[in-house]
Amino acid sequence: MSSKISRENFIRSVADLLRKAEIELPDDVVDALRKAEAREENEVAKSQLRAILKNIEIAKNHGVPMCQDTGIMIFFAELGTEFQPGFDLEAAIRNAVTLATMEIPLRPNAVDPLTRKNSGDNTGAGIPDIHWKFVPGKQLKVTVAPKGAGSENMSALRMFNPTEAGSIKNFVLETVINAGGMPCPPLTLGLGIGGSFDKAARLAKEALLEPLDTPMNEFEKGILDAVNSLGIGCMGLGGSTTALAVHVKTAHCHTASLPVAVNIQCWANRHASIVFGEEK
Amino acid sequence: MEYHLQTPLKREDIEKLNAGDIVYISGEILTARDEAHARILEMEEKGEKLPFSLEGAVIYHCGPLMQQTESDWEVVSAGPTTSGRMSKMTPPILKTHEIRAIIGKGGMKGVADALKNRCVYLAYTGGCAALAAELIKEVKTVHWLDLGMPEAVWVLRVKEFGPLIVGIDSKGKDIFTEVREKAEKVLEKLDKQN
Repeated sequence: MSSKISRENFIRSVADLLRKAEIELPDDVVDALRKAEAREENEVAKSQLRAILKNIEIAKNHGVPMCQDTGIMIFFAELGTEFQPGFDLEAAIRNAVTLATMEIPLRPNAVDPLTRKNSGDNTGAGIPDIHWKFVPGKQLKVTVAPKGAGSENMSALRMFNPTEAGSIKNFVLETVINAGGMPCPPLTLGLGIGGSFDKAARLAKEALLEPLDTPMNEFEKGILDAVNSLGIGCMGLGGSTTALAVHVKTAHCHTASLPVAVNIQCWANRHASIVFGEEK
Repeated sequence: MEYHLQTPLKREDIEKLNAGDIVYISGEILTARDEAHARILEMEEKGEKLPFSLEGAVIYHCGPLMQQTESDWEVVSAGPTTSGRMSKMTPPILKTHEIRAIIGKGGMKGVADALKNRCVYLAYTGGCAALAAELIKEVKTVHWLDLGMPEAVWVLRVKEFGPLIVGIDSKGKDIFTEVREKAEKVLEKLDKQN
C-alpha cells in the first residue's frame, strides 16, 4: 500500500478496523478463554464461560458487536516520520468513528461529562482519544481499542511513597476485590508503574494491548496467581478464573514518587490493528 | 436446580429460587438503567403516574443497542450493564412496586434486605450481548426515548432468556457478598504471609 492513500480509503479502512474490533476478538484472547473454560471446576463459573464462548461465536457468525457497550474509541497510532498522508489524519479518524457508529451500528456512548448530553456519533471534545507515537519509517500503524465503562470504572491509580513498592501487589488485589463481578471477569490487568500521574495510566492502558500469551515475568505471575487465589471468578460468582493475564509496563519516575495505575479490562479484550504505507 | 419461568412472575415463582440456581425467563421484560431509575423516583416524588406498570415486572439493567427500521425497532445487541450503579435507587422503588426480578451483572451491594420475600436478583453473563439479542424476540414498545437510546425504557419480549444465575435470592442469600467476604479473607491471609 502506498503512503499516498486517499482520505476516502483511509476512512473506509479505519471504519472497517472498528467493525473488526467490535465483532471479533483476537485469537490469543479467545484461546485464553477456552483454556479457562476447560480448567474451571466451579459449575456456575463454567456456565458463564460457556455463555461467553457462545456469545463470541454468535457475534462473529452474525457480524454483530459482541457487547452492547461498544465502548469509547481509544486509538494508538504509530506514525512513521516518512509517512506522508497529505490530509488531516485526526479529522479522518474522527470521520471513521462517525461512519462506523452509523454503519455497524455502534451505541452512541460519548457524552459531555457535566451536562451528560450525548453527541450521538461517538465523537466529542477529546474523543476519540488518539495517542500518537512517532517512529522511523514510511508506515502508519493504527490500533483501535474500544473500551467499555464497566471495566474502566473499576480501574484505579495511587501515588505511593517511593519506599512502598512492596505494597503494589496488595493494591492490585484490593482493586480487584473492590471491583468484584462489576468489570466482567475474567479480567486482563494492565499495570503502569512509574512515569508520572498520567503516564502511569497511559502505560497501564498500553499494557492491555499485550497479547495474552506473552510470557509473564515473575512479578506479573505472582500478581496473577494471587488475584486468582481470591476466588472471585467469572462474573464475580466464584471460581478460579478471575484474571487471564497481568502485564506490567514501567517508566522511570521522580525519585520522590511511585505512581501505580491498574487498568482493568473485561473478558472482551477488544483491539485490532492495521498498517498503512510501504515497508521500506 | 434449573427453572424456566414465564412472566408476569408471581411471588411463588421466586420464593422457590435459591442463590446459585439457574433460571430462564420467557415473556416480557423492561430495561432500565441509571437515568430511568432516577426518573421513576422523580415522578413518584411528584405523585405522577408512570407510563408502564412495574407490578410483577422483570427489570433488566441494560442499555441496548437498537436499530430503527421503517416501522419498528430491532435489537442489535443487549447485554447487561453494571447493576452496582442502581444499588442506591433500587430499594425505594421496591418499596412501592412489586418488582419480582432484577436482571443485571456484578451484583448489588446492600440490596438483599430490600429484596427479601418479594424479589430476586438474577445475574446474566456480562458482555454477552449477541447471545442476549438472539433471545429477545420482539421490541414491544419504548418509553422515555428522550433519555437517549441506552437510558430509555425498552419493553422486550424474550424467550428462554438466560442462563441467569440467582445471585441474590428472596431469603437474603447473596452470592456476590459471600464471594467478596471470602476474597477479603484470602487477602488477609496473604498479608500475614508477607
